[in-house]
Amino acid sequence: MQNKTLAELATGLHAKQFTSVELTQMYLDRIARFDKEINSYVTVTPEKALAQAAAADTLLRSGRGGPLTGIPIAHKDIFCTDGIRTSCGSRMLDNFIAPYDASVVTRCYQANMVVLGKTNMDEFAMGSSNETSYYGPVKNPWDLAAVPGGSSGGSAAAVAAGLAPVATGTDTGGSIRQPAALCGITGLKPTYGLVSRYGMIAFASSLDQAGPMARSARDCAMLLQVMAGFDARDSTSLERLVPDYQATLDRDIRGLKIGVPVEFFEQGLDAGVEQVIRDALKAFEARGAVLVDIRLPNSKLSVPTYYVVAPAECSSNLSRFDGVRFGYRCQEPADLLDLYRRSRGEGFGAEVKRRIMIGTYALSAGYYDAYYLKAQQLRQLISEDFVHAFKQVDVIMGPTSPTVAFNLGERTEDPVTMYLSDIYTIAVNLAGLPGMSVPAGFVAGRPVGLQLIGNYFQEARLLNVAHQYQQMTGWHQQVPPAFAR
Amino acid sequence: MSLSRADVERIAHLARLQIDDESIPDYARNLSNILELVEQMSAVDTSQVTPMAHPLDTVQRLREDVVTEDNQREHFQQHAPSVENGLYLVPKVIE
Repeated sequence: MQNKTLAELATGLHAKQFTSVELTQMYLDRIARFDKEINSYVTVTPEKALAQAAAADTLLRSGRGGPLTGIPIAHKDIFCTDGIRTSCGSRMLDNFIAPYDASVVTRCYQANMVVLGKTNMDEFAMGSSNETSYYGPVKNPWDLAAVPGGSSGGSAAAVAAGLAPVATGTDTGGSIRQPAALCGITGLKPTYGLVSRYGMIAFASSLDQAGPMARSARDCAMLLQVMAGFDARDSTSLERLVPDYQATLDRDIRGLKIGVPVEFFEQGLDAGVEQVIRDALKAFEARGAVLVDIRLPNSKLSVPTYYVVAPAECSSNLSRFDGVRFGYRCQEPADLLDLYRRSRGEGFGAEVKRRIMIGTYALSAGYYDAYYLKAQQLRQLISEDFVHAFKQVDVIMGPTSPTVAFNLGERTEDPVTMYLSDIYTIAVNLAGLPGMSVPAGFVAGRPVGLQLIGNYFQEARLLNVAHQYQQMTGWHQQVPPAFAR
Repeated sequence: MSLSRADVERIAHLARLQIDDESIPDYARNLSNILELVEQMSAVDTSQVTPMAHPLDTVQRLREDVVTEDNQREHFQQHAPSVENGLYLVPKVIE
């Protein structure tokens, strides 16, 4: 049951083969049974879930259910959920019960989906391994010694282990695509502005985007349909019509021009991962697609550029955590300055503090031109590389991550080593483009993700191409053996 | 780019972050490594490049200047660390 796609679950619910209460209970039972092994949830909401499932069943019985009515979902704990603790993986918000719902959460409720709980994540989404969470690391369902990736590691691991059929994630520098790759699931980061950021706790506002994480491209299409669309409450939300993402999934990909960036296959790429990606590209070629070598010469500067832009924006965004209005407050502050300094010093973990400090430094008097302005200029060049490439090709493909999942603790000593986990995903955020990761094989029993990058608002095309790949291959149907029971 | 103990203390003060004395060397080392990574940016001449303001060249949307939100002070203050008569309490600022 837990290996069924959303479409199959919807069919079963509408045909009354099972009820939403039964389905929801099955997932709650699996969470109770398995989650102590992988720590993918921070909060489970069984009572709310079963009440919502019962309401969904009423709708289904009366024939008024929609495509996702009664389907359970897990939300990354970065989305505010009214009445449910919203921790963002931080001690700072360990006691924070959100007073309102994020727009993404509201839209899922409006689709009559059932919320199973909130998933673990790197603290404030800052990390690539889920090891910066206040609630402890998530473990990779394929190998409990390995990280699940991050920052949406809980969502990725929960879907991979069959503890949720689908989940939400957010992606600032790769935080949907990299954990999707490392856990062997499908994830999509939309064009900047497609999905509302209202109620999504801000990390780097010019980069953050929410997206679906699921077992297939079709499942991602179904959830993106619910998530996407204009929201007046997000000033960066774009007013555009949202296409029917499932309508074009079956489109033939003969003649599709696939750009293969030379820079994505240079030093640093694991040989086994490269082989898997080359094989995937060959499969597309066999299906009638055309591979075109392209260059993204400025992409090599995307990691340094990102580590100015993201910390600068985070230092500004996280200044709201002051120990006064909500969240953690230190014991017995001597004065107001002591209250600020100790509440923030005790409430934030080391990685968050590092990034706030880098951002504070980059934005401090006299350094703005050398850091933030310079980074925004490079961002322009990185973007122009993509604009140029998309004049020649329809989609760009390469690895999502340079290696398969690494071991817990392996990259925690030096933050820069961790940052290089995202060398192929960061440029996409800097340019505001949509990107996906699709399971493409394994190296030493750990999953490899194929990254697909599209032009602005080409989510339907990406989903179409990913779906066609999933018609040719069965990598997305693989299940981690320890959780197949 | 190598940060000294004094640099770390100055940045931590600007960011209103309490950093334990014994962990300052770790912060100095890690932050210096990050700044060294960031230094790679200087390899490219960007003097003629317009900095990106928005990836899609979109401008901020404006709306009518009318009240759209209800006052929900009590609702929003229910999880505040310390509140009295609708006001947030902090240590005394003026003696």
